[in-house]
Amino acid sequence: MGFSNLIFLLFLAFAIFLFSKNIKKLIRNIRLGRDINRSDNKSERLSIMTRVALGQSKIMAKPVAGFLHVIVYLGFIIINIEVIEIIIDGLFGTHRILSFLGSFYNFLIGSFEILAMSVLVACIVFLIRRNIIRIPRFFNPEITKWPKTDANLILIIEILLMSAFLLMNAADSALQNKEVSHYIKAGAFPVSSFLVNIFNNYSVNFLIFIERSTWWFHIIGILAFLNYLPYSKHLHIILAFPNVFFSNLNPKGQFSNMESVTNEVKLMFDPNAVPPTNLNPGKFGAKDVSDLSWKNLMDAYSCTECGRCTSECPANITGKLLSPRKIMMDTRDRLEEVGKNIDKNGLDFDDGKSLFSYISQEEILACTSCNACVQACPVNIDPLSIIMELRRYKIMEESSAPSEWNNVFSNIENNGAPWQFSPSDRLNWRDE
Amino acid sequence: MSSEKATLKVPTIGEYLANGESPEILFWVGCAGSFDDRAKKITKAVVKILNHVGVKFAVLGTEESCTGDPAKRAGNEFLFQMQAMNNISILNGYDIKKIVTACPHCFNTLKNEYPDLGGNYEVIHHTQLIQNLIDTGKLKVEGGTFKGKKITFHDPCYLGRGNDEYEAPRIIIEKLDAELVEMKRCKTNGLCCGAGGAQMFKEAEKGKKEINIERTEEALSINPQVIATGCPFCNTMMTDGVKNFNKEHVIKVMDVAELIAQANDL
Repeated sequence: MGFSNLIFLLFLAFAIFLFSKNIKKLIRNIRLGRDINRSDNKSERLSIMTRVALGQSKIMAKPVAGFLHVIVYLGFIIINIEVIEIIIDGLFGTHRILSFLGSFYNFLIGSFEILAMSVLVACIVFLIRRNIIRIPRFFNPEITKWPKTDANLILIIEILLMSAFLLMNAADSALQNKEVSHYIKAGAFPVSSFLVNIFNNYSVNFLIFIERSTWWFHIIGILAFLNYLPYSKHLHIILAFPNVFFSNLNPKGQFSNMESVTNEVKLMFDPNAVPPTNLNPGKFGAKDVSDLSWKNLMDAYSCTECGRCTSECPANITGKLLSPRKIMMDTRDRLEEVGKNIDKNGLDFDDGKSLFSYISQEEILACTSCNACVQACPVNIDPLSIIMELRRYKIMEESSAPSEWNNVFSNIENNGAPWQFSPSDRLNWRDE
Repeated sequence: MSSEKATLKVPTIGEYLANGESPEILFWVGCAGSFDDRAKKITKAVVKILNHVGVKFAVLGTEESCTGDPAKRAGNEFLFQMQAMNNISILNGYDIKKIVTACPHCFNTLKNEYPDLGGNYEVIHHTQLIQNLIDTGKLKVEGGTFKGKKITFHDPCYLGRGNDEYEAPRIIIEKLDAELVEMKRCKTNGLCCGAGGAQMFKEAEKGKKEINIERTEEALSINPQVIATGCPFCNTMMTDGVKNFNKEHVIKVMDVAELIAQANDL
């Protein structure tokens, strides 16, 4: 093992160490949420994950963005096979260790090149859509400076990584042409061969410099990108899969029945009923992230801020403050804040803030519960479920309802209808 | 109208049991269907169809009460569950097995949210019942006045996205020999009328437009002669929207049940 292999090992080990530390923290934060059972129907869950996450079915609802996304997605998954070779070569000082696969190896490298070029072009188109065409859903108020930067950074990093990969192959292929030892004849270069004619004119040392520096840039870039994920909306490339697996399988119209309320209502109906001993009423609805379910919190981490939910939301379309994407971003921001508080001050620290420090009542009141946001999400995030939990808190813990709703509540309670009609008139329509 | 009164047969469950009979199905009328003047016409259209086919149905009459849907969507789970428990004890008391309703909100709540609380029934939306009556040959439908007319269907959220029923109302409309035209946002992408989530019962939050106006504009852009719905609240919102554009004389907002009742001259 040479010096450079040792450096490589250190980089790799440090990157993995850092990443697993951040993932542990992420899992801890998600576990702050209430328990909810999403481990039933495993085969149905696998099939929905295959369809929606692996198969990218919902993303195709917008065909242009969908097609580009599928390219980047396939590129990401398939080109990363190359990382296996890079890691082995990096650790043992070999070069293109997998080239013994012969023509299959050439086929692989050739496909990687075509994919890399496609990803590069797709990312450029994405940048144009965001910064020149300025697609409206990337310019809602919640897309402040950091979310914009985050999105552009991801695209630029991917362009750089793909460029490095293609440059590396071009230099490698030129070195192969010059029959430099160590650079064995291997691989097919359908894209980078366009650069080879230029590269053939350079000296061997310069080519080796390019080949080595792009090789290092590529792998260090990937490891750095991996560690950027926990701080970025790009985390969806990992969480999309579990998040879809743990999707809500019930009809979308069905809202949860709160067990704590059921227990109390049963007691009201039957004073002899025995309250369950494990009764833990807690609070009704959600004030902070720990009142939401772990799936709500996983949803927040899985959101890549594409804004399809918001662009389908009837309240948002008609100019109301509500944006389902903002609900998800706020939930993640608050969860991160709570996580940092725990790191610094321990589990029981109260910073006096809550989800309502981020989300106003005006936003959650504007929701029509139409499920358009839930339907639109390519990774089955459920913003509606968070909105409903916040509403429950406002109504049941703070009795803070618009006066019209209070009238509706008292009408339902007293007359059995949301309007002020007498229940005894309920069948009058028959004789009108 | 006295002639209409003479033809409508609406037995209550109590009246059924008094005769020692039990109905095949309970017609859950809902609050809108019972009290709202426009929705009462939809209720009557459903009854006309049921009478015409000879379905043995009953209503709860004055024993029916709000399902609790608006309370639940507003966040008042207590009130919802109190309503649910009351309704379930009445429904179970009458040993109800099957329910049809013309309100997607009642439909969703009864079908999805009552089982957990002890109310297990087969619940169908009236468009599903009508489709079934047509499929089984019990209800013959001819286009009549709607033959060749342009009809668009506005998907109620709690029927469509909420419960994945997009086809029943469309199959019925096509049976009318009408030209079914779709809005750009339809089926899974249908745009809400603005009434759901208890919005029906309060002013909208500050914005630049009312949701029903946005939806009506979309419907008007494809020039239908009829905007069909399957929900009394959607009906109200779309009717108001059409009035807002002074188009109520050229475009009718009608429930699918009303289309069938009118086409069959019931």
